[in-house]
Amino acid sequence: MQPLSNIESLLYFTPELLLVVSAIVVILVDLGVKNRESATVAYLSLAGIGCVFAAVLLTHGQLGDRTSISLFLGMIRLDAFSTFFKVLLLLATTATILFSIRSEELDAQLKGEYYALLLAITLGMFLMASSTNLLMIFISLETVSLTSYILAGFLTHNPRSSEAAFKYITYGAVASGTMLFGLSFLFGMTGTGDLGQISTRLTELLAAGEIYPLAVLIAIIFVLAGVGYKIASVPFHMWSPDVYEGAPIPITAFLSVASKSAGFALFIRFFYSGFSSSEVMQSVDWTLMLAIVSALTMTVGNLAALPQQNVKRLLAYSSIAHGGYLLMGGVLLTSEGIGAILFYLVVYLFMNLGAFYVVVLIANEEGSEMIEGYRGLASRAPLVAGAMAIFLFSLTGIPPFAGFFGKWLLFAAVLEQGYYWLAFVGLLNSVVSLYYYARIVKAMYLEAADEETASTSTPFSTGTFALLSVFVIPTILIGFINIFYTFSNISVSVLPMQ
Amino acid sequence: MTLQHYLVISAILFTLGIFAVLTRRNAISILMGIELILNSCNLNFAAFARFMTPPEDISGQIIAIFGIVLAAAEAAVFLAIILAIYREFGSIRPDEVDTLKG
Repeated sequence: MQPLSNIESLLYFTPELLLVVSAIVVILVDLGVKNRESATVAYLSLAGIGCVFAAVLLTHGQLGDRTSISLFLGMIRLDAFSTFFKVLLLLATTATILFSIRSEELDAQLKGEYYALLLAITLGMFLMASSTNLLMIFISLETVSLTSYILAGFLTHNPRSSEAAFKYITYGAVASGTMLFGLSFLFGMTGTGDLGQISTRLTELLAAGEIYPLAVLIAIIFVLAGVGYKIASVPFHMWSPDVYEGAPIPITAFLSVASKSAGFALFIRFFYSGFSSSEVMQSVDWTLMLAIVSALTMTVGNLAALPQQNVKRLLAYSSIAHGGYLLMGGVLLTSEGIGAILFYLVVYLFMNLGAFYVVVLIANEEGSEMIEGYRGLASRAPLVAGAMAIFLFSLTGIPPFAGFFGKWLLFAAVLEQGYYWLAFVGLLNSVVSLYYYARIVKAMYLEAADEETASTSTPFSTGTFALLSVFVIPTILIGFINIFYTFSNISVSVLPMQ
Repeated sequence: MTLQHYLVISAILFTLGIFAVLTRRNAISILMGIELILNSCNLNFAAFARFMTPPEDISGQIIAIFGIVLAAAEAAVFLAIILAIYREFGSIRPDEVDTLKG
């Protein structure tokens, strides 16, 4: 279908425009707020997110019978796939804003900038999920990266936060530079930036023998450096434990869920619409490479998580491992595999954000992120401990929690394609991961708290429990609800398979 | 000058950039290495646009211009973070910025 011109596209671009408007409004209102402790700007950005959410649904409704619309002369595409990720990202942003209101780490002076940056990063991620052009892919990736460097270093008087930002930008800048180098070769070989045209041109050129398959493979590996860095896959994962440990906890939660989801959206769209035609797959075998990367990612993540004492760092390694599980679904890029990725991302959103929320609560209460702080939590706050246990068991993949169903779909997709060894590695890894998740559960239920913390602890408020249940209930129920499977599969079916 | 000349130069620039990032023990030199990497990409895009696409198609040049803009934005953020690092640690040598590990 013919791409819409710039002016016509604006109508379908309202969610993104609304995000820009809300970011500007947040900055302007922040100038006039006298009481620095008040959460006015936070609620304002929540209202903004609410409007964007409505706009996303309305714009999707405007699609009507069409499966997709190409906007801005083919730069971005509006389809069920991008809507799926937009909704997912909005949920993550909402949760992050709520965590930030309740977190005591953040500097009251810098609230306006903080929430405006959160809205800006959401805009970047929206674009990542809908880009269909090399230029747009790179710009959206950089928008997200640059904003997240700043957010990771947001605690200006905390050396750990500054160090996290420094390590993040050093790795990130090299990774995105490498990716741009790979993109330049793809552009050179095909003479176009449009993913759909790249796919057709590559097929023709490979059939005519005008380009070497090895050149395409090298370009793909270079691009994978950029995408792999966003989803923290081995060997581009080195930044993530340090950044997750040093960054403010709400930002860590955001990076581990939203950044990873947007990275997977980009990964799927890039490989699925660019390189999945059978001619390209025959001459350029990148699936085995992905399978090895996936196996390495989960193994490295899980093994490195074993000795961790800091829960934030432990969850960082666990999130690397989950990137590995998710990559399993992408190995052969079948629609079942991608449906499984999308479903697992929904599950992962709830269970991982929930776990991070408990980390925020404990950090507020005790000022510590270490595993010792969780001792005796079951007797001090049984509901919080119970919720944490549910999140951790779901992360391990124990039935009947949602994590089990997510993993089950991923393994099924891998087995269907005959990658038995990969499913076996995944299974072993799930067993290993039980050890370190259970360590936290053991600290909460079987170990007694120090006298001091037991006496000073304050009871949690009703709001805390309400927010906690928002994460607990889906973590228990999603696996049983059909609508999420259906939605994941519909979102995949619209992707063009050349 | 043919396309090959440009590609060889950009490959050399890219390698020098990676080399600088890996070996330099000063944050500013690392930033310079990153700039080299990004410039090699821009050179690539401009060269491919000149030799591989019809003259009326300027998408390659456009990507190169956006590349320059993003490189500038990245340098600004990088320098701001280096400043924050200097305030906290009194040094901009990456090997002295190592409180997070494990």
